[in-house]
Amino acid sequence: MTMPFYSSVDQLLRDRSELARKGIARGRSVVVLTYADGVLFVAENHSPSLRKVSEIYDRIGFAAVGRYNEFESLRTNGVRLADVRGYSYDRRDVTGRWLANAYAQFLGPSFIEQQKPFEVELCVAEVGIEAAADQLYRITYDGSITDEPQFVVMGGQTDPISSSMRSSYQEGSGLADALAVAVKALQSAPAPGPASNGPAAARILGVSALEVAVLDRARLPRRAFRRITGATLHDLLPAENRGTPDADQETGGDDAPAASGAESTS
Amino acid sequence: MSFPEPRLPIHTALGTGVQPGSTSFTDYLAATAPHLLPGRMPEASQLQGHTAAPRTPGLDVPHGTTIVALTFADGVVIAGDRRATMGNMIAQRDIEKVFITDSFSAVGIAGSAGIAVEMVRLFTVQLEHYEKIEGVPLSLDGKANQLAAMVRGNLGAAMQGFVVVPLFAGYDTDATDPTAAGRIVTFDATGGRYEEKLGFHAVGSGSVFARGALKKLHDPAADLGGAIRTAVESLYDAADDDSATGGPDLIRHIYPVVVSITGDGAVHHPDADIAEVTAAVVNHRTTRPGG
Repeated sequence: MTMPFYSSVDQLLRDRSELARKGIARGRSVVVLTYADGVLFVAENHSPSLRKVSEIYDRIGFAAVGRYNEFESLRTNGVRLADVRGYSYDRRDVTGRWLANAYAQFLGPSFIEQQKPFEVELCVAEVGIEAAADQLYRITYDGSITDEPQFVVMGGQTDPISSSMRSSYQEGSGLADALAVAVKALQSAPAPGPASNGPAAARILGVSALEVAVLDRARLPRRAFRRITGATLHDLLPAENRGTPDADQETGGDDAPAASGAESTS
Repeated sequence: MSFPEPRLPIHTALGTGVQPGSTSFTDYLAATAPHLLPGRMPEASQLQGHTAAPRTPGLDVPHGTTIVALTFADGVVIAGDRRATMGNMIAQRDIEKVFITDSFSAVGIAGSAGIAVEMVRLFTVQLEHYEKIEGVPLSLDGKANQLAAMVRGNLGAAMQGFVVVPLFAGYDTDATDPTAAGRIVTFDATGGRYEEKLGFHAVGSGSVFARGALKKLHDPAADLGGAIRTAVESLYDAADDDSATGGPDLIRHIYPVVVSITGDGAVHHPDADIAEVTAAVVNHRTTRPGG
Protein backbone atom coordinates (compact mmCIF):
# COMPACT_ATOMS: atom_id res chain seq x y z
CA MET A 1 0.00 0.00 0.00
CA THR A 2 1.29 3.40 -0.94
CA MET A 3 1.06 6.27 1.42
CA PRO A 4 -0.03 9.59 -0.16
CA PHE A 5 2.48 12.35 0.30
CA TYR A 6 1.36 14.87 2.80
CA SER A 7 2.47 18.45 2.95
CA SER A 8 0.77 21.02 5.08
CA VAL A 9 -0.86 23.90 3.23
CA ASP A 10 1.35 26.19 5.18
CA GLN A 11 4.47 24.43 3.93
CA LEU A 12 3.23 24.34 0.32
CA LEU A 13 2.51 28.03 0.20
CA ARG A 14 5.77 28.88 1.89
CA ASP A 15 7.68 26.85 -0.69
CA ARG A 16 5.86 28.49 -3.57
CA SER A 17 6.39 31.88 -2.05
CA GLU A 18 10.10 31.25 -1.70
CA LEU A 19 10.35 30.04 -5.28
CA ALA A 20 8.56 33.10 -6.59
CA ARG A 21 10.55 35.54 -4.49
CA LYS A 22 13.89 34.06 -5.50
CA GLY A 23 12.88 34.00 -9.15
CA ILE A 24 11.94 37.66 -9.04
CA ALA A 25 15.03 38.66 -7.07
CA ARG A 26 17.32 37.42 -9.84
CA GLY A 27 16.09 40.01 -12.30
CA ARG A 28 16.91 43.65 -12.73
CA SER A 29 14.77 46.24 -11.03
CA VAL A 30 12.09 48.70 -12.03
CA VAL A 31 11.20 51.97 -10.31
CA VAL A 32 7.82 53.63 -10.82
CA LEU A 33 7.32 57.07 -9.30
CA THR A 34 5.00 60.03 -9.56
CA TYR A 35 6.37 63.39 -10.67
CA ALA A 36 4.87 66.80 -11.36
CA ASP A 37 3.33 65.94 -14.76
CA GLY A 38 2.33 62.32 -14.20
CA VAL A 39 3.97 58.98 -13.61
CA LEU A 40 7.52 58.01 -14.54
CA PHE A 41 8.68 54.43 -15.21
CA VAL A 42 12.38 53.68 -15.12
CA ALA A 43 13.58 50.13 -15.70
CA GLU A 44 17.03 48.70 -15.97
CA ASN A 45 16.65 46.79 -19.20
CA HIS A 46 19.35 45.95 -21.69
CA SER A 47 16.94 44.79 -24.37
CA PRO A 48 15.48 47.40 -26.72
CA SER A 49 12.56 45.14 -27.62
CA LEU A 50 11.69 42.88 -24.67
CA ARG A 51 9.87 45.52 -22.69
CA LYS A 52 9.24 45.68 -18.99
CA VAL A 53 7.16 48.83 -19.20
CA SER A 54 4.19 49.27 -21.50
CA GLU A 55 0.96 50.99 -22.27
CA ILE A 56 -2.34 49.42 -21.25
CA TYR A 57 -4.89 52.15 -21.87
CA ASP A 58 -5.40 55.90 -22.07
CA ARG A 59 -4.39 56.64 -18.48
CA ILE A 60 -2.89 53.31 -17.47
CA GLY A 61 0.66 52.03 -17.69
CA PHE A 62 2.13 48.69 -16.69
CA ALA A 63 5.52 47.69 -15.34
CA ALA A 64 6.67 44.23 -14.42
CA VAL A 65 9.65 42.23 -13.22
CA GLY A 66 10.24 38.51 -13.15
CA ARG A 67 9.78 35.98 -15.92
CA TYR A 68 9.26 37.63 -19.27
CA ASN A 69 6.81 35.10 -20.75
CA GLU A 70 4.63 35.22 -17.66
CA PHE A 71 4.31 38.97 -17.32
CA GLU A 72 4.07 39.40 -21.10
CA SER A 73 0.98 37.18 -21.15
CA LEU A 74 -0.44 39.11 -18.18
CA ARG A 75 0.22 42.37 -20.00
CA THR A 76 -1.35 41.19 -23.27
CA ASN A 77 -4.45 40.00 -21.53
CA GLY A 78 -4.62 43.20 -19.52
CA VAL A 79 -4.66 45.13 -22.81
CA ARG A 80 -7.42 42.83 -24.08
CA LEU A 81 -9.54 43.26 -20.96
CA ALA A 82 -9.08 47.02 -20.95
CA ASP A 83 -9.91 47.36 -24.65
CA VAL A 84 -13.07 45.27 -24.30
CA ARG A 85 -14.15 47.25 -21.27
CA GLY A 86 -13.50 50.57 -22.96
CA TYR A 87 -15.30 49.39 -26.08
CA SER A 88 -18.38 48.07 -24.30
CA TYR A 89 -18.72 50.89 -21.75
CA ASP A 90 -16.68 54.01 -22.35
CA ARG A 91 -13.00 54.87 -22.40
CA ARG A 92 -13.36 56.75 -19.12
CA ASP A 93 -14.61 53.59 -17.41
CA VAL A 94 -11.27 51.83 -17.70
CA THR A 95 -9.48 52.58 -14.44
CA GLY A 96 -6.26 51.51 -12.80
CA ARG A 97 -8.06 50.30 -9.70
CA TRP A 98 -10.23 47.99 -11.79
CA LEU A 99 -7.26 46.55 -13.67
CA ALA A 100 -5.17 46.10 -10.53
CA ASN A 101 -8.06 44.20 -8.98
CA ALA A 102 -8.39 42.01 -12.07
CA TYR A 103 -4.70 41.10 -11.84
CA ALA A 104 -4.92 40.46 -8.10
CA GLN A 105 -7.96 38.26 -8.54
CA PHE A 106 -6.17 36.27 -11.18
CA LEU A 107 -2.83 35.92 -9.39
CA GLY A 108 -4.36 35.08 -5.98
CA PRO A 109 -6.14 31.87 -6.98
CA SER A 110 -3.28 30.91 -9.33
CA PHE A 111 -0.87 31.06 -6.41
CA ILE A 112 -3.03 28.69 -4.37
CA GLU A 113 -4.16 26.30 -7.08
CA GLN A 114 -1.25 26.02 -9.49
CA GLN A 115 1.86 23.92 -8.94
CA LYS A 116 4.19 26.70 -9.93
CA PRO A 117 3.37 30.25 -8.94
CA PHE A 118 3.82 33.20 -11.28
CA GLU A 119 7.34 34.56 -10.77
CA VAL A 120 6.24 38.13 -11.38
CA GLU A 121 5.61 41.38 -9.63
CA LEU A 122 3.49 44.02 -11.33
CA CYS A 123 2.83 47.71 -11.01
CA VAL A 124 -0.32 49.22 -12.50
CA ALA A 125 -0.10 53.01 -12.63
CA GLU A 126 -2.77 55.50 -13.50
CA VAL A 127 -2.30 59.18 -14.23
CA GLY A 128 -5.07 61.47 -13.03
CA ILE A 129 -6.35 64.84 -14.16
CA GLU A 130 -4.42 66.34 -11.24
CA ALA A 131 -1.41 65.11 -9.30
CA ALA A 132 -3.49 64.06 -6.29
CA ALA A 133 -5.36 61.56 -8.49
CA ASP A 134 -2.25 59.66 -9.65
CA GLN A 135 -2.30 56.07 -8.46
CA LEU A 136 0.30 53.35 -8.17
CA TYR A 137 -0.70 49.77 -7.38
CA ARG A 138 1.76 47.02 -6.62
CA ILE A 139 0.55 43.46 -7.23
CA THR A 140 2.73 40.59 -6.12
CA TYR A 141 2.93 36.93 -7.21
CA ASP A 142 0.39 35.82 -4.59
CA GLY A 143 -2.23 38.39 -5.53
CA SER A 144 -1.48 40.81 -2.72
CA ILE A 145 -2.23 44.33 -3.77
CA THR A 146 -1.00 47.55 -2.23
CA ASP A 147 -1.66 51.14 -3.09
CA GLU A 148 1.60 53.11 -2.95
CA PRO A 149 1.39 56.87 -2.68
CA GLN A 150 4.77 57.93 -4.08
CA PHE A 151 6.90 55.23 -5.66
CA VAL A 152 7.13 51.49 -6.25
CA VAL A 153 10.39 49.55 -6.38
CA MET A 154 10.26 46.02 -7.76
CA GLY A 155 12.69 43.33 -8.83
CA GLY A 156 16.13 42.23 -7.73
CA GLN A 157 18.08 43.92 -4.97
CA THR A 158 15.32 46.23 -3.86
CA ASP A 159 16.63 47.17 -0.40
CA PRO A 160 19.35 49.60 -1.49
CA ILE A 161 17.07 50.99 -4.20
CA SER A 162 14.18 51.54 -1.80
CA SER A 163 16.34 53.25 0.77
CA SER A 164 17.89 55.48 -1.89
CA MET A 165 14.42 56.38 -3.14
CA ARG A 166 13.18 57.08 0.38
CA SER A 167 16.00 59.48 1.06
CA SER A 168 15.96 61.38 -2.23
CA TYR A 169 12.39 61.21 -3.53
CA GLN A 170 10.56 64.53 -3.60
CA GLU A 171 6.97 65.04 -4.48
CA GLY A 172 6.17 67.26 -7.45
CA SER A 173 9.66 67.30 -8.96
CA GLY A 174 10.22 67.85 -12.67
CA LEU A 175 10.86 65.08 -15.17
CA ALA A 176 14.65 65.39 -15.28
CA ASP A 177 14.94 65.53 -11.47
CA ALA A 178 12.62 62.55 -11.01
CA LEU A 179 14.60 60.60 -13.60
CA ALA A 180 17.88 61.43 -11.86
CA VAL A 181 16.49 60.21 -8.54
CA ALA A 182 15.29 56.94 -10.07
CA VAL A 183 18.50 56.28 -11.99
CA LYS A 184 20.62 56.99 -8.94
CA ALA A 185 18.49 54.53 -6.96
CA LEU A 186 18.79 51.81 -9.61
CA GLN A 187 22.57 52.28 -9.69
CA SER A 188 22.79 51.71 -5.96
CA ALA A 189 21.99 48.03 -6.43
CA PRO A 190 24.71 45.60 -7.50
CA ALA A 191 24.37 43.97 -10.93
CA PRO A 192 22.46 40.71 -10.79
CA GLY A 193 24.20 37.44 -11.41
CA PRO A 194 27.05 35.68 -9.63
CA ALA A 195 28.58 38.02 -7.08
CA SER A 196 32.10 38.98 -8.04
CA ASN A 197 34.87 39.01 -5.50
CA GLY A 198 35.83 42.30 -3.98
CA PRO A 199 33.73 45.43 -3.73
CA ALA A 200 31.23 46.00 -6.55
CA ALA A 201 32.31 48.69 -9.00
CA ALA A 202 30.07 51.77 -9.13
CA ARG A 203 27.53 51.23 -11.87
CA ILE A 204 26.59 53.86 -14.42
CA LEU A 205 23.42 53.17 -16.34
CA GLY A 206 23.37 54.86 -19.75
CA VAL A 207 20.76 55.18 -22.48
CA SER A 208 21.22 51.59 -23.67
CA ALA A 209 20.68 50.11 -20.21
CA LEU A 210 17.51 52.03 -19.38
CA GLU A 211 13.92 51.75 -20.44
CA VAL A 212 12.07 54.97 -19.63
CA ALA A 213 8.44 55.92 -20.19
CA VAL A 214 5.94 58.39 -18.76
CA LEU A 215 2.21 58.73 -18.35
CA ASP A 216 2.05 62.38 -19.33
CA ARG A 217 -0.84 64.33 -17.83
CA ALA A 218 -0.67 66.85 -20.69
CA ARG A 219 -1.70 64.18 -23.20
CA LEU A 220 -4.98 63.32 -21.46
CA PRO A 221 -7.75 62.38 -22.15
CA ARG A 222 -6.32 60.08 -24.83
CA ARG A 223 -3.24 57.87 -24.71
CA ALA A 224 -1.00 59.42 -22.06
CA PHE A 225 1.74 56.79 -22.35
CA ARG A 226 4.92 57.92 -24.07
CA ARG A 227 8.29 56.25 -24.29
CA ILE A 228 11.39 58.34 -23.83
CA THR A 229 14.21 56.93 -25.91
CA GLY A 230 17.35 57.81 -27.82
CA ALA A 231 18.40 61.43 -27.98
CA THR A 232 15.50 62.66 -25.85
CA LEU A 233 16.47 60.29 -23.05
CA HIS A 234 20.14 61.12 -23.47
CA ASP A 235 19.46 64.83 -22.94
CA LEU A 236 17.28 64.20 -19.90
CA LEU A 237 19.76 62.00 -18.05
CA PRO A 238 22.19 63.42 -15.50
CA ALA A 239 25.51 64.44 -17.09
CA GLU A 240 27.47 61.45 -15.75
CA ASN A 241 25.04 59.02 -17.42
CA ARG A 242 25.33 60.55 -20.87
CA GLY A 243 28.68 59.07 -21.83
CA THR A 244 28.85 56.33 -24.43
CA PRO A 245 29.02 53.04 -22.55
CA ASP A 246 31.82 50.57 -23.19
CA ALA A 247 30.23 48.10 -25.56
CA ASP A 248 27.10 46.93 -23.79
CA GLN A 249 27.62 43.19 -23.61
CA GLU A 250 24.74 42.43 -21.31
CA THR A 251 21.71 40.63 -22.63
CA GLY A 252 18.11 41.61 -22.10
CA GLY A 253 15.17 39.39 -21.26
CA ASP A 254 15.18 36.67 -18.62
CA ASP A 255 18.16 36.56 -16.33
CA ALA A 256 17.66 33.03 -15.01
CA PRO A 257 15.75 29.89 -16.03
CA ALA A 258 12.22 29.26 -14.73
CA ALA A 259 11.89 28.35 -11.09
CA SER A 260 15.63 28.71 -10.62
CA GLY A 261 14.82 29.80 -7.10
CA ALA A 262 13.99 26.18 -6.25
CA GLU A 263 17.50 24.81 -6.77
CA SER A 264 19.19 27.46 -4.74
CA THR A 265 20.42 26.47 -1.32
CA SER A 266 20.79 29.89 0.18
CA MET B 1 -35.27 42.00 -24.40
CA SER B 2 -32.38 41.98 -22.01
CA PHE B 3 -29.06 43.52 -22.84
CA PRO B 4 -26.35 41.03 -21.99
CA GLU B 5 -23.65 42.20 -19.64
CA PRO B 6 -20.19 41.98 -21.16
CA ARG B 7 -19.04 38.55 -20.16
CA LEU B 8 -15.48 38.76 -19.04
CA PRO B 9 -14.45 35.72 -17.09
CA ILE B 10 -11.33 37.15 -15.51
CA HIS B 11 -9.81 33.71 -15.20
CA THR B 12 -9.98 32.77 -18.83
CA ALA B 13 -9.37 36.30 -19.99
CA LEU B 14 -6.18 36.77 -18.06
CA GLY B 15 -5.02 33.20 -18.07
CA THR B 16 -4.52 30.57 -20.66
CA GLY B 17 -8.00 30.69 -22.18
CA VAL B 18 -6.81 32.84 -25.05
CA GLN B 19 -4.54 31.93 -27.91
CA PRO B 20 -1.20 33.56 -27.27
CA GLY B 21 0.12 35.85 -29.96
CA SER B 22 -3.22 37.00 -31.34
CA THR B 23 -3.15 40.69 -32.12
CA SER B 24 -6.70 41.11 -33.39
CA PHE B 25 -9.15 42.82 -31.09
CA THR B 26 -12.02 41.85 -33.38
CA ASP B 27 -11.16 38.16 -33.08
CA TYR B 28 -10.94 38.46 -29.33
CA LEU B 29 -14.29 40.22 -29.20
CA ALA B 30 -15.84 37.58 -31.47
CA ALA B 31 -14.60 34.86 -29.10
CA THR B 32 -15.49 36.47 -25.78
CA ALA B 33 -18.25 39.02 -26.37
CA PRO B 34 -19.70 38.55 -29.88
CA HIS B 35 -22.80 40.60 -29.08
CA LEU B 36 -20.60 43.70 -29.04
CA LEU B 37 -19.60 43.41 -32.69
CA PRO B 38 -21.25 45.93 -35.00
CA GLY B 39 -23.59 44.75 -37.71
CA ARG B 40 -24.71 41.66 -35.84
CA MET B 41 -28.19 41.93 -37.34
CA PRO B 42 -31.01 39.50 -36.84
CA GLU B 43 -31.82 37.53 -39.99
CA ALA B 44 -34.37 39.20 -42.29
CA SER B 45 -36.98 36.58 -41.35
CA GLN B 46 -36.67 37.55 -37.69
CA LEU B 47 -37.46 41.18 -38.31
CA GLN B 48 -41.21 40.83 -37.78
CA GLY B 49 -43.14 43.16 -40.03
CA HIS B 50 -39.98 44.21 -41.80
CA THR B 51 -39.67 41.34 -44.22
CA ALA B 52 -40.06 43.51 -47.28
CA ALA B 53 -37.89 42.99 -50.33
CA PRO B 54 -34.19 43.50 -49.55
CA ARG B 55 -34.00 46.60 -51.67
CA THR B 56 -36.44 48.53 -49.48
CA PRO B 57 -35.10 48.53 -45.96
CA GLY B 58 -37.77 48.09 -43.34
CA LEU B 59 -36.25 50.59 -40.96
CA ASP B 60 -35.73 54.26 -41.57
CA VAL B 61 -32.34 55.02 -40.05
CA PRO B 62 -30.02 57.99 -40.53
CA HIS B 63 -27.72 57.90 -43.51
CA GLY B 64 -24.48 59.76 -43.82
CA THR B 65 -23.89 61.52 -47.10
CA THR B 66 -20.77 62.96 -48.72
CA ILE B 67 -17.08 62.42 -47.91
CA VAL B 68 -14.17 63.66 -50.02
CA ALA B 69 -10.46 62.91 -49.83
CA LEU B 70 -7.55 64.29 -51.82
CA THR B 71 -3.80 64.16 -51.68
CA PHE B 72 -1.52 67.17 -51.55
CA ALA B 73 2.22 67.79 -51.41
CA ASP B 74 2.72 66.75 -47.76
CA GLY B 75 0.00 64.14 -47.30
CA VAL B 76 -3.71 63.78 -47.59
CA VAL B 77 -6.88 65.69 -46.60
CA ILE B 78 -10.22 64.04 -45.85
CA ALA B 79 -13.40 66.02 -45.24
CA GLY B 80 -17.11 65.45 -44.86
CA ASP B 81 -20.32 67.44 -44.75
CA ARG B 82 -22.38 67.45 -41.54
CA ARG B 83 -25.75 66.15 -42.65
CA ALA B 84 -27.46 62.83 -41.92
CA THR B 85 -30.74 62.09 -43.70
CA MET B 86 -33.60 59.71 -43.07
CA GLY B 87 -35.57 59.45 -46.27
CA ASN B 88 -36.44 63.03 -47.20
CA MET B 89 -35.87 64.28 -43.66
CA ILE B 90 -32.75 65.79 -42.21
CA ALA B 91 -31.97 63.47 -39.30
CA GLN B 92 -29.06 65.48 -37.95
CA ARG B 93 -27.44 68.74 -38.97
CA ASP B 94 -24.13 68.43 -37.21
CA ILE B 95 -23.18 64.76 -37.39
CA GLU B 96 -19.45 64.05 -37.60
CA LYS B 97 -18.58 61.52 -40.24
CA VAL B 98 -14.81 61.84 -40.43
CA PHE B 99 -12.82 60.18 -37.65
CA ILE B 100 -9.14 60.08 -36.82
CA THR B 101 -8.49 56.37 -36.33
CA ASP B 102 -4.83 56.54 -35.30
CA SER B 103 -1.85 58.88 -35.59
CA PHE B 104 -1.58 58.44 -39.37
CA SER B 105 -5.00 57.44 -40.62
CA ALA B 106 -8.59 58.66 -40.77
CA VAL B 107 -11.85 57.24 -42.02
CA GLY B 108 -14.89 59.01 -43.43
CA ILE B 109 -18.18 57.16 -43.60
CA ALA B 110 -21.18 57.24 -45.88
CA GLY B 111 -24.22 54.99 -45.65
CA SER B 112 -26.07 53.64 -42.66
CA ALA B 113 -24.76 55.94 -39.91
CA GLY B 114 -25.39 53.76 -36.85
CA ILE B 115 -23.49 50.75 -38.17
CA ALA B 116 -20.81 52.89 -39.77
CA VAL B 117 -19.99 54.84 -36.60
CA GLU B 118 -19.82 51.58 -34.66
CA MET B 119 -17.57 50.07 -37.31
CA VAL B 120 -15.16 53.01 -37.12
CA ARG B 121 -15.12 52.74 -33.33
CA LEU B 122 -14.18 49.07 -33.57
CA PHE B 123 -11.60 49.85 -36.26
CA THR B 124 -10.01 52.50 -34.04
CA VAL B 125 -9.72 50.10 -31.12
CA GLN B 126 -8.41 47.41 -33.46
CA LEU B 127 -5.54 49.65 -34.62
CA GLU B 128 -4.68 50.77 -31.10
CA HIS B 129 -4.90 47.21 -29.80
CA TYR B 130 -2.45 45.94 -32.40
CA GLU B 131 -0.09 48.80 -31.65
CA LYS B 132 -0.16 48.15 -27.90
CA ILE B 133 0.28 44.38 -28.15
CA GLU B 134 2.94 44.44 -30.86
CA GLY B 135 4.72 47.62 -29.85
CA VAL B 136 4.67 48.87 -33.45
CA PRO B 137 1.76 50.22 -35.51
CA LEU B 138 0.14 48.25 -38.30
CA SER B 139 1.32 49.06 -41.85
CA LEU B 140 -0.94 51.29 -43.94
CA ASP B 141 -1.97 48.40 -46.19
CA GLY B 142 -2.61 46.28 -43.11
CA LYS B 143 -4.99 48.95 -41.81
CA ALA B 144 -6.83 49.14 -45.14
CA ASN B 145 -7.18 45.35 -45.27
CA GLN B 146 -8.58 45.30 -41.74
CA LEU B 147 -11.21 47.84 -42.69
CA ALA B 148 -12.05 45.86 -45.85
CA ALA B 149 -12.66 42.77 -43.71
CA MET B 150 -15.01 44.75 -41.47
CA VAL B 151 -16.99 46.05 -44.45
CA ARG B 152 -17.21 42.50 -45.81
CA GLY B 153 -18.46 41.31 -42.41
CA ASN B 154 -21.35 43.73 -42.81
CA LEU B 155 -22.47 42.20 -46.13
CA GLY B 156 -25.52 40.54 -44.58
CA ALA B 157 -26.76 43.85 -43.23
CA ALA B 158 -25.86 45.56 -46.52
CA MET B 159 -28.17 43.13 -48.35
CA GLN B 160 -30.97 44.37 -46.11
CA GLY B 161 -30.25 47.95 -47.01
CA PHE B 162 -27.81 48.95 -44.28
CA VAL B 163 -24.81 49.60 -46.49
CA VAL B 164 -21.64 51.13 -45.08
CA VAL B 165 -19.17 52.74 -47.48
CA PRO B 166 -16.04 54.01 -45.76
CA LEU B 167 -13.35 56.13 -47.33
CA PHE B 168 -9.90 55.55 -45.88
CA ALA B 169 -7.09 58.09 -45.96
CA GLY B 170 -3.68 57.56 -44.48
CA TYR B 171 -0.06 58.63 -44.48
CA ASP B 172 2.34 55.79 -45.23
CA THR B 173 5.27 56.31 -42.88
CA ASP B 174 7.20 53.57 -44.72
CA ALA B 175 6.96 55.34 -48.08
CA THR B 176 10.30 56.19 -49.68
CA ASP B 177 8.85 59.11 -51.61
CA PRO B 178 7.21 61.59 -49.20
CA THR B 179 5.07 63.10 -51.98
CA ALA B 180 3.46 59.68 -52.52
CA ALA B 181 2.96 58.94 -48.83
CA GLY B 182 -0.59 60.31 -48.67
CA ARG B 183 -2.91 57.53 -49.83
CA ILE B 184 -6.63 57.04 -50.34
CA VAL B 185 -8.40 53.68 -50.32
CA THR B 186 -12.04 53.05 -51.18
CA PHE B 187 -14.25 50.04 -50.50
CA ASP B 188 -17.42 48.51 -51.84
CA ALA B 189 -20.13 46.73 -49.86
CA THR B 190 -18.59 43.31 -50.50
CA GLY B 191 -15.29 44.35 -48.94
CA GLY B 192 -13.55 45.10 -52.23
CA ARG B 193 -10.59 47.37 -51.60
CA TYR B 194 -9.39 49.83 -54.22
CA GLU B 195 -6.48 52.20 -54.06
CA GLU B 196 -7.18 55.59 -55.64
CA LYS B 197 -4.01 56.30 -57.56
CA LEU B 198 -5.31 59.54 -59.05
CA GLY B 199 -5.17 61.14 -55.63
CA PHE B 200 -8.79 62.10 -55.04
CA HIS B 201 -12.09 60.38 -54.41
CA ALA B 202 -15.54 60.93 -52.93
CA VAL B 203 -18.22 58.62 -51.54
CA GLY B 204 -21.86 59.09 -50.61
CA SER B 205 -24.91 60.57 -52.25
CA GLY B 206 -23.22 63.80 -53.34
CA SER B 207 -20.06 62.06 -54.51
CA VAL B 208 -20.83 62.47 -58.22
CA PHE B 209 -20.81 66.24 -57.94
CA ALA B 210 -17.92 66.36 -55.49
CA ARG B 211 -15.83 64.17 -57.74
CA GLY B 212 -16.61 66.43 -60.71
CA ALA B 213 -15.35 69.41 -58.75
CA LEU B 214 -12.27 67.52 -57.53
CA LYS B 215 -11.41 66.44 -61.05
CA LYS B 216 -11.12 70.09 -62.06
CA LEU B 217 -9.61 71.49 -58.87
CA HIS B 218 -7.32 68.81 -57.46
CA ASP B 219 -3.65 69.71 -57.51
CA PRO B 220 -1.33 67.01 -56.12
CA ALA B 221 1.38 69.63 -55.53
CA ALA B 222 -0.85 72.03 -53.57
CA ASP B 223 -0.03 73.06 -50.01
CA LEU B 224 -2.23 72.28 -47.02
CA GLY B 225 -4.26 75.48 -47.31
CA GLY B 226 -4.93 74.85 -50.99
CA ALA B 227 -5.99 71.25 -50.35
CA ILE B 228 -8.42 72.28 -47.59
CA ARG B 229 -9.89 74.94 -49.86
CA THR B 230 -10.38 72.36 -52.63
CA ALA B 231 -12.06 69.96 -50.20
CA VAL B 232 -14.47 72.64 -49.01
CA GLU B 233 -15.17 73.73 -52.61
CA SER B 234 -16.02 70.16 -53.64
CA LEU B 235 -18.32 69.69 -50.63
CA TYR B 236 -20.02 72.96 -51.54
CA ASP B 237 -20.62 71.65 -55.07
CA ALA B 238 -22.00 68.39 -53.68
CA ALA B 239 -24.42 70.28 -51.42
CA ASP B 240 -25.33 72.56 -54.31
CA ASP B 241 -26.73 69.72 -56.40
CA ASP B 242 -27.48 66.91 -53.93
CA SER B 243 -30.31 67.51 -51.47
CA ALA B 244 -28.92 64.99 -48.98
CA THR B 245 -25.58 66.77 -48.59
CA GLY B 246 -25.47 69.66 -46.17
CA GLY B 247 -23.88 72.91 -47.25
CA PRO B 248 -22.02 75.14 -44.80
CA ASP B 249 -24.57 76.41 -42.24
CA LEU B 250 -23.46 80.00 -41.59
CA ILE B 251 -26.42 80.69 -39.33
CA ARG B 252 -25.75 77.85 -36.91
CA HIS B 253 -21.97 77.90 -37.50
CA ILE B 254 -21.81 74.32 -38.73
CA TYR B 255 -18.88 73.72 -41.08
CA PRO B 256 -17.42 70.62 -42.73
CA VAL B 257 -15.16 68.38 -40.66
CA VAL B 258 -11.67 68.50 -42.12
CA VAL B 259 -8.80 66.20 -41.13
CA SER B 260 -5.33 66.43 -42.63
CA ILE B 261 -2.69 63.73 -42.30
CA THR B 262 0.97 64.47 -42.85
CA GLY B 263 4.27 63.16 -41.59
CA ASP B 264 3.52 64.99 -38.32
CA GLY B 265 0.33 63.01 -37.76
CA ALA B 266 -3.40 63.41 -38.20
CA VAL B 267 -4.93 66.76 -37.26
CA HIS B 268 -8.58 67.67 -36.87
CA HIS B 269 -8.76 71.28 -38.04
CA PRO B 270 -10.64 73.51 -35.60
CA ASP B 271 -13.96 75.02 -36.63
CA ALA B 272 -12.52 78.54 -36.51
CA ASP B 273 -10.05 77.72 -39.32
CA ILE B 274 -12.66 75.99 -41.45
CA ALA B 275 -15.10 78.86 -40.89
CA GLU B 276 -12.55 81.17 -42.50
CA VAL B 277 -12.07 78.93 -45.53
CA THR B 278 -15.82 78.43 -45.85
CA ALA B 279 -16.43 82.17 -45.70
CA ALA B 280 -13.93 82.67 -48.53
CA VAL B 281 -15.59 79.97 -50.65
CA VAL B 282 -19.10 81.34 -50.02
CA ASN B 283 -17.89 84.84 -50.75
CA HIS B 284 -16.40 83.74 -54.04
CA ARG B 285 -19.61 81.90 -54.95
CA THR B 286 -21.73 85.01 -54.46
CA THR B 287 -19.96 86.51 -57.45
CA ARG B 288 -19.56 83.25 -59.39
CA PRO B 289 -22.14 80.64 -58.28
CA GLY B 290 -20.46 77.96 -60.38
CA GLY B 291 -17.16 78.35 -58.53
